[in-house]
Amino acid sequence: MTPSEYGSRRMLSPRVNGHKVLLGVGKPGGISYILIQLKFDIQSDRRIAQGRSCAWSDYSRKKMDYEAVIGLETHVQLSTKTKIFCSCSTTFGAEPNANTCPVCLGMPGVLPVLNLEVLNRAIKVGLAVGGKIAEWTKFDRKNYFYPDLPKGYQISQYDLPIVSGGGLDIFADNAHKTIGLTRIHMEEDAGKLVHGENMGDPSSSYVDLNRTGVPLLEIVSEPDIRSSEEARRYMDKLKTILQYLEVSDCNMEEGSLRCDANISIRPVGQKEFGTRAEIKNVNSFRFLQRAIDFEIRRQTELLNEGGTVVQETRLYDEKNDRTVSMRSKEEAHDYRYFPDPDLAPMVIGKDWVERIRATLPELPDEKAKRFMAEYELPEYDALVLCSTRATADYFEQAARGAKSPKIISNWVMGEVLRVVKETGAAPADLPVTPAMLSKMVGMIDSGAISGKIAKTVFEEMAQSGLDPEKIVEQKGLTQITDTSSIEGEVDKILAANPSQVADYKAGKDKLIGFFVGQVMRATRGKASPDMVNQILKEKLK
Amino acid sequence: MKLTENEVRYVAALARLELSPEEQRMFGGQLSQVLDYINTLNELDTSDVEPMSHALNITNVFRDDVEMEKFPRKAWQANAPSQDSGHFRVPKIIEG
Repeated sequence: MTPSEYGSRRMLSPRVNGHKVLLGVGKPGGISYILIQLKFDIQSDRRIAQGRSCAWSDYSRKKMDYEAVIGLETHVQLSTKTKIFCSCSTTFGAEPNANTCPVCLGMPGVLPVLNLEVLNRAIKVGLAVGGKIAEWTKFDRKNYFYPDLPKGYQISQYDLPIVSGGGLDIFADNAHKTIGLTRIHMEEDAGKLVHGENMGDPSSSYVDLNRTGVPLLEIVSEPDIRSSEEARRYMDKLKTILQYLEVSDCNMEEGSLRCDANISIRPVGQKEFGTRAEIKNVNSFRFLQRAIDFEIRRQTELLNEGGTVVQETRLYDEKNDRTVSMRSKEEAHDYRYFPDPDLAPMVIGKDWVERIRATLPELPDEKAKRFMAEYELPEYDALVLCSTRATADYFEQAARGAKSPKIISNWVMGEVLRVVKETGAAPADLPVTPAMLSKMVGMIDSGAISGKIAKTVFEEMAQSGLDPEKIVEQKGLTQITDTSSIEGEVDKILAANPSQVADYKAGKDKLIGFFVGQVMRATRGKASPDMVNQILKEKLK
Repeated sequence: MKLTENEVRYVAALARLELSPEEQRMFGGQLSQVLDYINTLNELDTSDVEPMSHALNITNVFRDDVEMEKFPRKAWQANAPSQDSGHFRVPKIIEG
């Protein structure tokens, strides 16, 4: 682009914010961007002002005149033993159609009956997020034809969901924020379709109805989310709470936690929402973040180019990291909801709600606060430990009565979580029990072993599950704290390295590290590093 | 209350029914009669009547979360027009 073209009307994107047009010039990747700001009078289309340069950061801030408005709809599979309206198993990975019966196959004349456990779990989740539990609620039929739903309708809840309101506290972009919840309702999952190419006959689709009738909660957030980071934190928090409540295993690979995102953008300061696109098919938190980032970019570019956002459903294409329009037929969804006459309405009394409330465990936020107070942990530690109930329980069992809970926290966040990640085992099933970790940290505290030796001891415990004292004894790892034997080693090292001794005495203080290393090697790491340091300094005076 | 031709076509499309123009006229007439009949309810004053969502006066019908004996899968798969290695087979579905 030559300078003469800057003023050329046709070079410019259509007008943004009325009649201001910002045009960036410079080499991509370079720091020094020159910005030319051109102003056009809308009526006459004549340039009325020009010329200003500013830093790239100002430029990008100006371009970010839009803010994103995001709402998430999350589907959670409840881990009940049986389906929501029939007694079929919900086991994942069964033979195709093995977990089906006349009810979930939608045979004529069958009668669905609600699994009480589903309702109890819905109430539990509602209470945990501070929602209002309906005193009277019912199921409705959502009508549409698709082979994954043999009845021709999905049993769901329409105008009177089990839970209304509530919210989740998140910590994102360095700030605490509450994301409101609109509603939570119960519904049945649909079956799975395998398309022909993968099964033999490309002109057919294959239907597996094992998942049909698996209980779901649909959790709908308010459009309170403003960035992909906030969306991610919201999902993290939701997952943590659901796992604490033990209502779902939240396994994303098996599809037990799925999420659709409604995304729109609007000029900062505008109250009305922009036109939104709905992103489906997002099956990991990482992809959710990427899909949102892509969609915000797409919509921003679209508006900056003078286009408009079309209300539509888009799919996230993870291979190419973009969202693509589903181009579905323009027939509007008309679900013709009506109350399901097969299912009796539910009346939920106060005593019932209180009974469920009494079963609520300590929730992650409360637990983290207590850890900070009771064990004097930094907020970071408390949040990491409390992100799963299993890790928090492990820490607490090891830290109860221990002299230095912070050291235990370090070991849990570091070595324990590493082994959990590597082996895929639950913390409670590790060969290293909390009691063993506690004992080992106690041995560091008393000076029996050094922190360095402790790593070896931990590794050995993780392999064999042996008691730390036994390991130290068997392997001869006891720390040498006997002054005379350390002095003996120090003397040997000093005698063997006369030139380094001379250099040290001449002012090369850094050589102390060399001597310490030599002594530690000679004692195979067993000498107390503090004592080695002290004795060396004495002798080298 | 006369249904328009468009309304008849729309309802037919939702029900995945293909109707000839003749059938559209015939069912359009019948549906209009049904709606007229139902509309007689509007002559009643229902301002004091609670909305009804269930025909029977019952609430809270539940079952326990207990797995029942499995039904033999073959029994109802035999009813399906087409099946293959445990799956029900249907004409190819293009859109997801």
